Amino acid sequence: MIRVSIYGLLIAIALAVFLAPFASQSPDGLEKVAEDKGFLEKGEREPLIGAPLPDYSMPGVKHEGVSTALAGIVGTIITFAAALGIGYLIKKKKAM
Amino acid sequence: MHIPDGFLNAKTWVTLAVVSGFAVGVASRIASKKAGEKQIPLMGVMAAFIFAAQMLNFPVAGGTSGHFMGGVLASILLGPSMGLLVMTAVLVVQCFVFQDGGLTALGANIFNMGIIGAVLGYYLYLIFRKVGSRTIAVFAASLVSIVLAAVACSVELAISGTVPLKVALPAMAGVHVLIGIGEGLITIAALGFLGKTRPDLLEIPGGAK
Repeated sequence: MIRVSIYGLLIAIALAVFLAPFASQSPDGLEKVAEDKGFLEKGEREPLIGAPLPDYSMPGVKHEGVSTALAGIVGTIITFAAALGIGYLIKKKKAM
Repeated sequence: MHIPDGFLNAKTWVTLAVVSGFAVGVASRIASKKAGEKQIPLMGVMAAFIFAAQMLNFPVAGGTSGHFMGGVLASILLGPSMGLLVMTAVLVVQCFVFQDGGLTALGANIFNMGIIGAVLGYYLYLIFRKVGSRTIAVFAASLVSIVLAAVACSVELAISGTVPLKVALPAMAGVHVLIGIGEGLITIAALGFLGKTRPDLLEIPGGAK
């Protein structure tokens, strides 16, 4: 399963690096509906918590594609670790 | 369809945070009995894949984009309890690291994309599997799960007084039928790829056949 994990993680990272910079920039379904129906501004005040990589971009990296790709790598690895962590945590809880 | 802060009133987001928190707790208990050497690494890979795939917005009609959600894929492979935990991991990272989905709306987003997307999506798959082939069931469950998540999102917005249901529902459901078709095709492709490369992963305990 270590091989599967490494290959799987690499495939995910490849998607984030090679495809994410070319993803559509159009608003998504909910955003578009909010825009059309006039309630988008309700969600546009300061968010409650500041996120380190807002809007999938790496602060300080000017090139938009590179910025997205870097944010994608970081996010993919953090998400991998988070889900793995949850998996081990629930397992450990059972063992106790 | 990640809901940002500000779209939901306190009553709605608190209620959904409690419901989702409870569901994630129950899923953890169930998953603790089922998660083994194969499932735990697969949870990590699945979450990483879903996170990356959710970055890939594809254009749908009228200046709108959509992206893969992944609930049905995760649940078919890992079962609904681990599927919900995978979706929760993705949504928590998106919220805290990328400001995608508000902190107050996290419970609502877990409800829509995890409980409806993954858990209900799993049972939709089982129902569709009774009447159709595997491919058709995967497609139908993916499509319907997206549309139902969008319906739930509309209801939450309406209850919050953000937008009337009769305005939000047709618009949200309509665009998410298109996004749901994308969801179905991607889920079929991902399962097809796994079936060719690692067919054993489609047979691990807990997942759906």
